[in-house]
Amino acid sequence: MHYKNNHRPKTPKGLLLSAIGVLLFLHLPFAIVMLYAFTTDETTFTFPPPGLTTKWFGVAMGRPDLWAALGLSLKVASIATVFALLLGTLAAAAVSRSKFFGRESISFLLVLPIALPGIVTGIALRSMMGLVNIPFSFWTIVIGHATFCVVVVYNNAIARFRRMGDSQIAASMDLGADGFQTFRYIVLPNLLTALVAGGMLAFALSFDEVIVTTFTAGQQSTLPIWIFSQLTRPRDRPVTNVVAFLVVTITAVPILLAHHLSQRDNL
Amino acid sequence: MRSAKQPNMNSPLSQANPSRLRRISTALHNRPGLFLLLLLSLPMGWMLIVYIGSLIGLLIQSFFYLDGFTGQVVKEFSLRTYQGLFTESHMEIFGRTVAMAAAVTVGAAALAFPLAYYIVRYAHARLKALMYLLVLLPLWSSYIIRVYSWKLILAKEGIVSWFLAQLGLTPLLDWVLRLPVIGGPSLSISSLGLFFVFLYIWLPYMILPIMSALERVPKSLADASGDLGGRPFHTFRYVTFPLAFPGVVAGSIFTFSLTLGDYIIPSVIGDSSPFIGMTVYSYQGTSGNIPMAAAFTVLPIAVMAVYLVTARKLGAFDAL
Repeated sequence: MHYKNNHRPKTPKGLLLSAIGVLLFLHLPFAIVMLYAFTTDETTFTFPPPGLTTKWFGVAMGRPDLWAALGLSLKVASIATVFALLLGTLAAAAVSRSKFFGRESISFLLVLPIALPGIVTGIALRSMMGLVNIPFSFWTIVIGHATFCVVVVYNNAIARFRRMGDSQIAASMDLGADGFQTFRYIVLPNLLTALVAGGMLAFALSFDEVIVTTFTAGQQSTLPIWIFSQLTRPRDRPVTNVVAFLVVTITAVPILLAHHLSQRDNL
Repeated sequence: MRSAKQPNMNSPLSQANPSRLRRISTALHNRPGLFLLLLLSLPMGWMLIVYIGSLIGLLIQSFFYLDGFTGQVVKEFSLRTYQGLFTESHMEIFGRTVAMAAAVTVGAAALAFPLAYYIVRYAHARLKALMYLLVLLPLWSSYIIRVYSWKLILAKEGIVSWFLAQLGLTPLLDWVLRLPVIGGPSLSISSLGLFFVFLYIWLPYMILPIMSALERVPKSLADASGDLGGRPFHTFRYVTFPLAFPGVVAGSIFTFSLTLGDYIIPSVIGDSSPFIGMTVYSYQGTSGNIPMAAAFTVLPIAVMAVYLVTARKLGAFDAL
């Protein structure tokens, strides 16, 4: 088959169908989760649902354990994101502005907590806390989350630093600004959307992390841990369905926003 | 702020009235090495102390052992825990996990490649952006909810059974579930179901590296192959696929490693035969045997180390 360069070849039918099939495979489960939030069925997962209702949303609202878990998750994710923003930006600034020995290993070190199997990070932190006798607390969860969130911010920030180049920074310094002014008026505005995008992804990552959290939380229950306990010992199926519905809809917002921000700036 | 090669750029104005901040800034500017050290100290300190420190601690603890009588961890060097590690039942768990990770990796590559190929080679700009987003969305959305959705889907009374019944294929499902190893009482309590869930959860991690590898295959090479008389299939088989293969290897690092270390999915779906992650979790939790949990974790780390070295040889790191 010969074709001119500027003409796209005709799509083979089979390829198109399998592409659509794989995308459906990735997304139909979300539709199922949405549907089940409204089922009247209390004890099984019958499909099609015998009837539809919105009453479980009200039931879920009145559950203090759920609110407590949500509160803890939001608090952990916020603080872990702040840590990740600080550490990730500093590392990106250092790596992007100069070449030095061991530069490559810094990226490697930062990506390690998410490249190694989740239980490795979890058990390592857990055993360390055991070794130096740190009791489980809010902060033990935050420490774990911040550690694997750094890389998300770092990746976003370093991509921006690379594109920024240093001509603007050099110009600012040439015109008499000091380092802090240059940071405040040149670096930060350029970096801002990358940091917002990285921060939101870090927040999303922390908000639904469960593997590392089970090792560092002790008896505390974040929202994902609450859901996990419902998965292994289902007690409140309808409430779990509603929680699943809410988590899917709420987490879509920062993801889409982060995507939008990084797309817009890459144009 | 470039480097020490540049002369001090402070204007006379600023030198006439140097504030303390400005003096600090100038001092840092003139010592780029010191500035770099300051930038790095916090993130590297954190990662080295909290993370690498923990990993080393983990390794150290794997040489401690649990006293069988007192149930206390004895903090002295011993190879006793490692002797207990290589038992038949542990090796079975290890084999089961690695086999599942390999199956998931192959399955993910088979599903990811056509989609990535379509997106990169055939989709128009707008469609491409949309499809890229559709791959990213599941990657970033809640892991635990995505696992949960399959509890709904695979349930005996769930949508898969219903759908197959509508097609009159229930006997086929029953036959598959009666098969040894992959079967079970229902899809949600079978290794086959477990495989699907792993595949679903880690699939986006395979699609993205393949996409970026395909983006880097020069279109001119495929055109040249066509001009030289290669039919589309041959062009794909002998030109495009080999060039994009490092992307598959890069994706497989994720699918393999993530399956290896997961313990949530096999404790929610499947027939509860233990996987590495579940065993580690129960050793550190219920039995308080952190040395054994630590020693057990050394296995997946070793597997991943070998895997990464091989992947590097195959050029996977360029595709990341």
